[in-house]
Formats: sequence, structure tokens, C-alpha cells
Amino acid sequence: MALQFSPQADAKISDICRRYPNTQAACLPVLHLAQDEFGYLSEDVLELVAARLAVPSSHVFGVATFYTMFHREPVGKKVLMMCTNVSCMLTGAYETLRKLEQRLGIKAGQTSADGEFTLIEEECLAACADGPAMICGDRYFLRVTADKVDATLDECRKLPAQHGHHPHSDKKH
Amino acid sequence: MPADRNFKIVTRLFGVQNSNRIDVAMANGAYKRLPTAFAMQPQALVDEVKKSNLRGRGGAGFPTGMKWGFIPKGADTVYLVCNADESEPGTCKDRELLFWDPHLLVEGMIIASYALGCKHAYIYIRGEMIREAAVLQKAVDEAYAKGFLGREQQTALGPYKVDLTVHRGAGAYICGEETALLNSLEGKRGWPRLKPPFPAVKGLFGKPTIVNNVETLMNIPFIVEHGGQKFADVGVGKSGGTRILCMSGHLKKPGVFELPIGITFRQVIDEVCGGTHSGKRVKAVIPGGSSMPPLDPSELDVPIEFDALMNDPRIKPVQYKPGHNFELAPGKPLRAMAGSGGIVVMDEDTDIVAVCARIMRFYAHESCGQCTPCREGTGWMAKICTRLADGYGQPGDVDLLSSIAYGIAGNTICPLGEAAAWPMMGFITKFRPDFEARLAQSRGLPPAGYHGAHP
Repeated sequence: MALQFSPQADAKISDICRRYPNTQAACLPVLHLAQDEFGYLSEDVLELVAARLAVPSSHVFGVATFYTMFHREPVGKKVLMMCTNVSCMLTGAYETLRKLEQRLGIKAGQTSADGEFTLIEEECLAACADGPAMICGDRYFLRVTADKVDATLDECRKLPAQHGHHPHSDKKH
Repeated sequence: MPADRNFKIVTRLFGVQNSNRIDVAMANGAYKRLPTAFAMQPQALVDEVKKSNLRGRGGAGFPTGMKWGFIPKGADTVYLVCNADESEPGTCKDRELLFWDPHLLVEGMIIASYALGCKHAYIYIRGEMIREAAVLQKAVDEAYAKGFLGREQQTALGPYKVDLTVHRGAGAYICGEETALLNSLEGKRGWPRLKPPFPAVKGLFGKPTIVNNVETLMNIPFIVEHGGQKFADVGVGKSGGTRILCMSGHLKKPGVFELPIGITFRQVIDEVCGGTHSGKRVKAVIPGGSSMPPLDPSELDVPIEFDALMNDPRIKPVQYKPGHNFELAPGKPLRAMAGSGGIVVMDEDTDIVAVCARIMRFYAHESCGQCTPCREGTGWMAKICTRLADGYGQPGDVDLLSSIAYGIAGNTICPLGEAAAWPMMGFITKFRPDFEARLAQSRGLPPAGYHGAHP
């Protein structure tokens, strides 16, 4: 079966498009939506977005690869975005990142073997006064020093999966 | 006269329970300024903002009223865009503002839209701020339900209606640059545009557009309620109002504080933030986001105000090589800037070279790749500064870093080039002995497979 948006997602795309004078402007919101729907942005998903918005697939490809939040490869159920920029670095972010890597058995940029977490070394998350800062899903975790890594990971495990609520996400496109 | 330290304009609802709900916000005055604004002619509103000396809070400090005045007369379609793509390292105010008081932003945007003749305004919010985007979207939905948005209001010009859309970014620092933001909002890569034409003439979808920062727009309701003169009186010189300072790094009490413009770095660090967390002396201070040249401990008695940071002779000029000032214009050396209000404090144990290297890796990662000096230059500065920090510096590296920075500044489409070059030259100007000492301890060539370790 060819890839398609769920009826709810499709209706949402129509709503989004009404907020802009042309469909191209809906690229970012629809890519976000597609990622929520399918888990990551495979080539098929990009083609689907391009067809739905009636813009060239080369354009959608260019946009999807420009922004760091768009995943072109499958990611874990939850993405951990760990800031190591200057304010967080000064308060111990690299020690936290190393501990995260050690606990998850991966390097930044990789996904844990159980498919639970993808760990990303992030740039400034605008939580400088409460560093080191980390995002999991829509949650900010603040002052995550290395000694708090285990407790923080326990909390993150309890959060719902971010991507791939849709059945399609289990398929390899 | 500067305001007292407890005087708040935009952070009044910080800490108030459920402050982002419309009933709580309205009980605290939200949307009460709309009738006053709608009774005025749009031009009178623009004049009031000019009188207020409100200056852009995103970084450049450009007078907001003057910017509004650049919209061509008689333009049929005008856009207002709120820049909520906060991502300048050290800056964490918009995230708090959006969470605690989104209705003040919506109200400010309705007033600004009326003043500019905008019928559809957009808020471009940073992609990573998922929770804040949800809070903001809920606030916008509530404002629609109450009829402040999407429904005709009676105004001095007749019926007037404005729509507001929240648009999420997707992870790109460059989209904080206003023309990159506009391209991103149009569904393109966040590539900055050549200027001119400036957005006020040809912006979003080719139409005249004003892009303002979150904090800037949140000051508008106060100006309508109390008049531009009152706002100007609260400030200092040509800088009206208060200023939010984001205090981070080695501080006993870091945080986001709304303070009088004109308070000095030393006063904020010692009196508001309780000094360094270690009790040790301050070694360096980033004065307004990581794009700004740093200050050394002898420069901390300067008031935190746009003009003072650019002109105060107590701040040493940034040099691109020893004895040669880097000039913004003939005879006008670069000193520092107030930037985004992101102040990062480092104590005397800080590894300055490692901090500088981390900042350079940030700009290398975020360069959009359009202009060669920035794309290549930021990459080389990151590599060279990182190897220096890691103990593999090569003879001449310190001067090489300065010369690469000098080759970037002023030679790119957008200010990301300067944003990388200024701190590079600034760190070397102010902390050269740290760089030289690290070079003197170099262990020679890095081992095979070295790609720049964590600091």
C-alpha cells in the first residue's frame, strides 16, 4: 500500500495550509507532522509531503536536510537533546554527556540498543540560567549534572514515546 | 532616571500560578490596552513608540519606532513577524516570557499589527521549544475564542481584524537572523537574504514586513497604557524601558532578571546574583550572547546599555592583530555590545581556550553555508581552536585564528560571520596570555584519527 497520511493528519494539513498564502510555506509544519506520524522522514515520506503540498520533491529534500530536528534515519522512541554550549559547559554539561553515553552504551548521535533513546549533543536550548539543560520530548530537564543522570534517565523512560505513534512507523519504508 | 530594581514591565507575571491562562492574564490586565490603542490613529501609535526609545531586544538594539516607520506608505499587505527563535548561546529570556505571559505577547502583537496595518501576523518559535509552542498556541486559541483575534474590532480607522499564526522552526540558529527567518517561514532553507531590500520594503512573501523580538513586542502594551514618554523616562539616554538580563555560568544565583537599564555588570554579578558560585574572582564575562566580544575583570563597571557598551572607553578595543584595532567604521573600534542580554560569567579557574573553542564549534555547526568566508572560516576556527585547546596547537595558531576571523568579518551576507569573528578576535585580544600559554604547552601534532576531543 502506498504511504499515506491518516485522515486526521490530512485534515490538519488542510488547516495548516489555510494559514499561509501558498502551500510551500506549510513545508516546516507539515514535515513536523509527518515526522510525528511516521517516526522519521524517509524518502517516501518526503515524496508524500511534496505531493501533498504540490511542491517539487527536491525542494522538500533540501528543507528536510537543512534543519537538525528533522530525522532522515530512524530514531529511538525518545530523543535526548543534551546542550553542551557555553553556559551548560561551564556548569558541567560534558561530564553529563559522557555519563549519558556511558549509561546508554552509545556515543552522541547514536540510538541505544533497546531502541529507547537517541542521544544528541545539542546547541544552546535557551535554558542557560539552569544549565546543564536537556530536552526529552516536550520536557526540559534542568541542572542535569552528572550525578543526576540516573534519576533523569529513569524519569525519561516513563515518558511516552515521541515519534511513531502511527502504525506505519514500524515498517521500513 | 533609571527605574528601581523592583520595577517590572514584562516579567510581572513570573511565578504567578496559571499566569498563561487567559482568565488569569486578564485579571492581571491583559488586553485592557486594546481599546486605547484602537482609539488612536496608527501613525500616532508609531510616533508613541518612537518617543518611547524602545530598542530591539533581540541583539542589535535598533530603535523599534524607526523600524516601524520604514513601512512604505499605502502598502496593501503588511506582515508582522515575532522572532521567538531564541538560540543565541547565553540567552534564555524569551522561553520564560512565552511560558509565563504569552497573552502579553499576543496583546502586543495585536497593537503592533494595527499600528502597521498588518492583517495576518506570525510568531516564529524555535522548534525545540515544544512545551512553549503548546502554551503559546493555547494562548492564541484562547484569544481567538474571546474575539481578540480573527474578529472585527471598532477602531479609529473603522473595522479592523487580525489573524495570528504560530509557526515552529526545526532547529537552525541561523533562523534567528531576520531574513533567514522569513525564508524559513516561507518553507525554504533558512538562508539569509542579501540586503537591501530590507524586510520593511520586501519581506515575507515579498511584502513589507516588520520582524520584532518577543521582549520588544511585550513592551508595547505598557507604552500604550502609560505613554512613550513614561517608557523613555524609565530608561537611560536613548534606551527606554527595562532590560531582561539572562545571568548564567559560574554564578551563585543565576537566573532571568528584569532590571533597570544602566545597572553595571559588577552590580548584577555581585548584588543580584550573589557573586560566583565558587566565591572566586571573575575571569571573563560574555556581555550579550556568545556573539559578542568578551569582557575582562577590569571592564565590569560599565553600564549594561546599548550605547555604553559600544562607546565606553573603559572597554578595550578588539584587535585583529596586536596593535591593530578592528574598526566597525573609520575611527570607530569594536568594543562590545549589549546584544541579546545573555550574560555568561566565568570564574578564574575557567579554561578560556576551551570555552572559545566550544563557541567556535557552535558557529561552525550553525553556518548556513552560503558564503565561503563564513562556511570555511568558522570550520577552520573551530578546528584550530579545538586542537589548541586539546594541546595540539601548531606554531602561529593564535595569529592564524585572528587572521581567519578578520577575513570573515564584513565579508558575508549576514551577521553570523561577525558573530563568530568578533568573539574569536575578542578572546584573543583580552586573553592572549591564555592562548600563548596553551600553545607553549603543545604536545605537537595530534595522533592519527584525532577529530577534536571533548574539552
